[in-house]
Amino acid sequence: MTARAAFNSVAVPLLALVVFLAFWEWLVWFKGWPTFKMAAPSDLPPAYSRHWDLFLTMGWQTLWRTVAGLLLAVVFGTLLGMIMGFSRIMRDALYPLLVGFNAIPKATVVPIVALIFVGQHDFNTVLLAFMISFFPIAVSVSIGLSTLEPEYRDILRALGASQATIFWKIALPKTLPEFFGALKVAATLAFIGTNLMEIVSPHGRGLGALFDSGRTNSDFPLMFAVLIALAFLGIVLYYIVVALEKIFAGWAERSPG
Amino acid sequence: MRQGGGAPLPDQAKALMQDLIKIKGVRHAYQTDSGPLPVLDGLELSVPEGGFVAVVGPSGCGKSTLTRLVAGLMKPDAGEVWLHGERVRGPRATVGMAFQNPVLLEWRSILKNVLLPLEIVPSKLSRKQAEERARFLLALVGLEGFEDKRPSELSGGMRQRASLCRALIHQPDVLILDEPFGALDAFTREDLWMTMHQVKEREPFTGVLITHDLRESIFLADQVVVLSGRPARTQYVLDVPKAGPRSLDDLYTPEAAERLNILRHQIQIAQGRAPAEGGAS
Repeated sequence: MTARAAFNSVAVPLLALVVFLAFWEWLVWFKGWPTFKMAAPSDLPPAYSRHWDLFLTMGWQTLWRTVAGLLLAVVFGTLLGMIMGFSRIMRDALYPLLVGFNAIPKATVVPIVALIFVGQHDFNTVLLAFMISFFPIAVSVSIGLSTLEPEYRDILRALGASQATIFWKIALPKTLPEFFGALKVAATLAFIGTNLMEIVSPHGRGLGALFDSGRTNSDFPLMFAVLIALAFLGIVLYYIVVALEKIFAGWAERSPG
Repeated sequence: MRQGGGAPLPDQAKALMQDLIKIKGVRHAYQTDSGPLPVLDGLELSVPEGGFVAVVGPSGCGKSTLTRLVAGLMKPDAGEVWLHGERVRGPRATVGMAFQNPVLLEWRSILKNVLLPLEIVPSKLSRKQAEERARFLLALVGLEGFEDKRPSELSGGMRQRASLCRALIHQPDVLILDEPFGALDAFTREDLWMTMHQVKEREPFTGVLITHDLRESIFLADQVVVLSGRPARTQYVLDVPKAGPRSLDDLYTPEAAERLNILRHQIQIAQGRAPAEGGAS
């Protein structure tokens, strides 16, 4: 049964991928699209092999800046969520601001950030990844904390436990499932932030810059190859979060049926 | 009687010592958007050491407020709450609580849930002794073999049993039970009543039980206190003489029927559905 489950968890997604690639290849062939309209999966391996070293260095640049922004978002988002989760007044004060900030298209923030911190490309990219991804974390932590049933507090408070103890023993672990749910969203959002900066304000760094150079050179297979590489990095980061979730909040998972 | 602040007189202190829990003239109101909402007004209650008092009353009459006062989770606007001859001014480690919601922590095993209070309360027990005590309590309530299960793997009644063990693990002087069996089906509830008697035999405690179930109140408690409708005061006190170990059959005797009748009538008065005759004691 477990062997079968393991087979399923690997083979099923792989099979879905193969089916998807086959359909894509067929669609391009069937429609007779030229590569400048839509590249086919068979165009991608040459694109990768031609620029393999670029993919490695720029992929790494994109990855570390995304992860740095995400880590910042985790720290800041959790703190903000704690403040809003514990204080009603702070929640009322900060929510509209936060929603307003989140509603601003981040593409419009790029030129502003690029102007404020001219030339600080690494910093700017991390900043944008952070700005786009802290919102779901802050909201989920604040909701997790503010919806904690009073009885959960009372069982410890009645024994004279401090607020800090209640937070560590009950509020924090109880919020972890919501936190990881938000982290999955934030992880993919952070890639969008990194690439916005890399594409809109390119400094020759990161996969976004590689995409941009593909665009200027009309190298369409390269552009598609970058998109697939980004998707791959996104999937890797997502499953790292899933693995962390299994370790720290695996108890929240119920066996089906 | 009440002489304001100051230390109580020696004989007064002695009288308070006899009653493990003593509530005198407690008044309390919640601040709501539409002004203060008085919930308790002139509440009197005393529980002797080893006693078990059930508190019944109409819905929303402030019964849960009473438990929070005894637990020190809130302070009354007026009046005094005494525990063990000491004025209650804040939470204290000598209280054990169980609610209608068993509030077990899903990320801990049943054993670790039961051990939780010992992580807060300073205890003389070593880690091993504490675990032994937890296992003993779990066996006492019939949860032997479930120590390593997660709360979600247990039924509602079993979770409530585990919650009871957690309330008892640190050997509290006072056990406060706020409708612990309220969400259970009738048969499970009766099982738990029997368990309560077994527990009380092996692990004596002084208890306050908040309940809506009149049968439960006379089956478990040796005194039943009826609260009036909001704002609640002590309306009626019924003594239930102890007659050896109780069995469910005791609920179907003429005496039990009479007590239930008295209580039902008192509840109707409290709800304002029956006229109060003078001199309810």
